[in-house]
Amino acid sequence: MAALRSTTTRLLGSARPAFRLPAAAPVRGFAQLADAAQESATATAEPAKLKTFQIYRWNPDTPTEKPRMQSYTLDLNKTGPMVLDALIRIKNELDPTLTFRRSCREGICGSCAMNINGTNTLACLCRIPAEDSAELKIYPLPHTYVVKDLVPDLTQFYKQYKSIKPYLQRDTPSPDGKEYRQTKEDRKKLDGLYECILCACCSTSCPSYWWNSEEYLGPAILLQSYRWLIDSRDERTAQRQDALNNSMSLYRCHTILNCTRTCPKGLNPGLAIAQIKKQMAF
Amino acid sequence: MIAQRVGTTALRRVAAKSDAFFTANVARLAVAPPISAMQTRPVATQKLTPSDANAILAKQRLLRPVSPHLDIYDKSQTWFGGSIWQRFTGAGFSGAMYIFGASYLAAPLLGWHLESASLAAAMGALPLAGKGAIKFVLAWPFAFHALNGVRHLVFDTALVSSFKRRTIVQTGWYLWGASIVSGLYLAFFL
Repeated sequence: MAALRSTTTRLLGSARPAFRLPAAAPVRGFAQLADAAQESATATAEPAKLKTFQIYRWNPDTPTEKPRMQSYTLDLNKTGPMVLDALIRIKNELDPTLTFRRSCREGICGSCAMNINGTNTLACLCRIPAEDSAELKIYPLPHTYVVKDLVPDLTQFYKQYKSIKPYLQRDTPSPDGKEYRQTKEDRKKLDGLYECILCACCSTSCPSYWWNSEEYLGPAILLQSYRWLIDSRDERTAQRQDALNNSMSLYRCHTILNCTRTCPKGLNPGLAIAQIKKQMAF
Repeated sequence: MIAQRVGTTALRRVAAKSDAFFTANVARLAVAPPISAMQTRPVATQKLTPSDANAILAKQRLLRPVSPHLDIYDKSQTWFGGSIWQRFTGAGFSGAMYIFGASYLAAPLLGWHLESASLAAAMGALPLAGKGAIKFVLAWPFAFHALNGVRHLVFDTALVSSFKRRTIVQTGWYLWGASIVSGLYLAFFL
């Protein structure tokens, strides 16, 4: 990475001299600045805070090879605070073949969901535990088909999401012909539900979903279900409830509550499911 | 200027003869920034028809491994989860009841003595530790099932405060402590 950066900056520097620093300061290219920064870092000789990351690897090009754990050691002084920073640095500097999903790096896209030290979370929201020197173990989301390394196949998950019809269904037009209004209290019921980013952390933390993902919808999808069930503007509540009223879709939830414990957004799928069950019972 | 133009035409002629990949690189070399600054892509992509792509995907899907789950997930949430032990203790109790009921039924035929009097006498003959151990094996699952049953009843009311993350974790551990303490009490002090 460092090498790459210095070549590009050198290139830019020669192509566009206008971007040079003002002449009052000693004139230095960006590359030189970067090099100097690196030199001073090594000169002060901060003790390296080494941390080993053990990462699950599996390559679809050699499918007969068993999945394995690969270790990478990074100096935490040169790495950002989050696990995603470490992964990106490993990919950039140590092993470009390491594969993972990432996009927003701020916990809003849900791409970098993975199992870190035994719990599902978003790599971008998970700090590297700096104080303990134990190895950090990173696996793909549990009990999912692995596409490559840390990338799980979420096709079934998305199909299940589609199956609950996650959109407003109503027949009566709004009184003013403009928008469907709702009271502040009704709107408040959606808080804690609409924030779900469908990262699949909760669903893949649920043992019940591990064994029954073919038919059980799983916490994430049920939370979304509840979001539409209690929406005061939706007029298909009965049909939605009907679709859940079988032994598998909803009632495979045994209140294990791994979902609530793992949700990186701090939402409560367990509570949402309990509320659906209650709503269906009364 | 003219020399330059001659150079370019020559280059074009060469390019026209050779294949696309070669051309691209020759052209790049001709523009020639220092070689170290050039970025070349060693991997070439190829076009696939949708059906070919689907065939590759289907083949790949067959071979995909399932990522590890029980082995790697946080043990306190899988192996020590209250929910699964509710099932274990419940299944254990009903299993034990069926086994005892069936053997009680078969006892006269097989000459076993499972009447209350002989069981009580057999228990009485054991030392205190033996009595306690046998009673604890029954008392702990009972206590666990009863206490966790209450916890789950509260969950079923969808009581918001019982679903707080801290509460879930804490009540989970309290449950283990309380069930072991009350199991010991039932086993040794009753």
